[in-house]
Amino acid sequence: MPEPALLAESLSKRFGGLQAVADVSLALRPSEIHAVIGPNGAGKSTLINLLSGDLRPSAGLIRLGGRDATSLSPEARGRAGLGRSYQKTTIFPRRSAFANARLAAQARSPRALAPFRSADRDDAVNARARAALAEAGLLDREAAIAGTLSHGEQRQLEIAMVLATEPTVILLDEPLAGMGHGEAQRMIALIGRLKAGRAVLLVEHDMDAVFTLADVLTVMADGRVIAQGEPAAVRAHPAVRAAYLGHEADAAA
Amino acid sequence: MGGSRREAALAALTFVALALLPLAAPAYYLQFGAKVLLVGLAAMALNLVVGFGGLVSLCHAAFYGLAGYTLALVSPRYEAASLFWTLPLAVGASAVAALLIGALSLRTRGVYFIMVTLAFGQMLFYLFADTDIAGGSDGFYIYTRPELALGGLTLVDLDKPTGFYLTALATVALATLLLLRLTRSPFGQALAAAHENERRARALGFPVYRIRLAAFTVSGALAGLAGYFASVQFGYVAPQMLGWHFSATILVMVVLGGLGSVTGPLVGAAAFLGLEEVLKAALPDHWALALGTVILLVVLLLPGGVRQLADAALGPLSRERPPGKPLAAAEGATGA
Repeated sequence: MPEPALLAESLSKRFGGLQAVADVSLALRPSEIHAVIGPNGAGKSTLINLLSGDLRPSAGLIRLGGRDATSLSPEARGRAGLGRSYQKTTIFPRRSAFANARLAAQARSPRALAPFRSADRDDAVNARARAALAEAGLLDREAAIAGTLSHGEQRQLEIAMVLATEPTVILLDEPLAGMGHGEAQRMIALIGRLKAGRAVLLVEHDMDAVFTLADVLTVMADGRVIAQGEPAAVRAHPAVRAAYLGHEADAAA
Repeated sequence: MGGSRREAALAALTFVALALLPLAAPAYYLQFGAKVLLVGLAAMALNLVVGFGGLVSLCHAAFYGLAGYTLALVSPRYEAASLFWTLPLAVGASAVAALLIGALSLRTRGVYFIMVTLAFGQMLFYLFADTDIAGGSDGFYIYTRPELALGGLTLVDLDKPTGFYLTALATVALATLLLLRLTRSPFGQALAAAHENERRARALGFPVYRIRLAAFTVSGALAGLAGYFASVQFGYVAPQMLGWHFSATILVMVVLGGLGSVTGPLVGAAAFLGLEEVLKAALPDHWALALGTVILLVVLLLPGGVRQLADAALGPLSRERPPGKPLAAAEGATGA
């Protein structure tokens, strides 16, 4: 089994009296999609924010590429190879799609903050931005202002920006939320391609997508991990059926 | 920022035209022109953090005044100090002050940032107003202007209006060039990106705090550059140079000129100070009220600043050219 690209050990996060995440451990390995599911309020988004550095854990350890990253800022984790999408699309809406990708590619450049060169004439950065747009299937929309793209295209753009930073770990927070069927199918295909050489964490409510994509599945409820392992085995787990899939059955009934 | 190349060309033309002004204008107008250029430089410096960085600072007068006071304090009474060491010293003092104030203020956001910078600015104001460091609230004279000389040979006589005006113009032109480069560079783009979406900028790996601190320091240094020459021009420094009133005035010039461009604040400063002169002559008792009314109208009717008038006349300066492919497509279209 390959070394984990990102490792979380006994992560906990407490907001006042609320234990949002309790004693969660997981390993993200290269070329694997690790899905995290659970009912609303299970602590999935808090977990992703702990892994990306947007929140600091109350207890526990995070290792990124074999090094302790527990107290690193989001930007330091970004430079260390972690890229993420947000539940609410987080892009630069007034710039073109290409300019968005170019900024992302620039962040990974050795001249990311050069004060006197021309930002839009760095061939290596421009090439990386275009490659990322192409991988996300958005190259034909590169000139469009990001804020005018459709919801699905904006989510594709966010992933293109993550790709342009050449990440080893990608965290996706509900990438299919609010998408129509066609958009969702395209996004599922894109996520499936993302795992080539990269470790992907996928938080998603769409069960069809999760069981199509996931190599490893973690189920959370009330901030805790109640089952973890291969999707087929987890699906059959009694605690999961009771705590999570049961909710769906209730909802359907 | 696709219009910046056109902005640079237009700025170059304007500076060349301004360099010819001494051939036609009497000394009074040159003195007024130099004042506009130097206050405009302070406003351009402020706009680096306000317009591009999204950080509304109310302490830039302190950086402006600190450089003036530095010059005043090191200038000998009866002989001229060389500009070659007093200028770096004064600008350096402003840069260090900006670095320290920025390092603390930039830990806050939004309205708290405005309040914290205001407080630091007022601290420096009272340092000079309420102590005997340099004449207290009476201010302090610079009896002998610094000289711009090499080996006993005077390069430019700063005592003469034309020499001073051209020196100020060259300084502002160089600072404009620096700001145009800086805002187009990866650094400037990262600064603007952190303004547009801080969360995304950080997730991409941009060290937002350090980027803002660097911009704040450069901005404070350039405000110091303006303050140095302003105190040379008037031969006098007073605590009011550091007060929040002047910070607010250059902020108004930034808004008047339009936040989106490097040279807009220079236009804003010219409009503000020009209008002030005209209204003072026309309405000696009520000019301030009239000036306020005009500013209000401009802000309400021209949200892009007075440059919007120029844009309407000459076509937009800030039009963004789509990158890459569409350009190739356009070339293909002209070839067909």
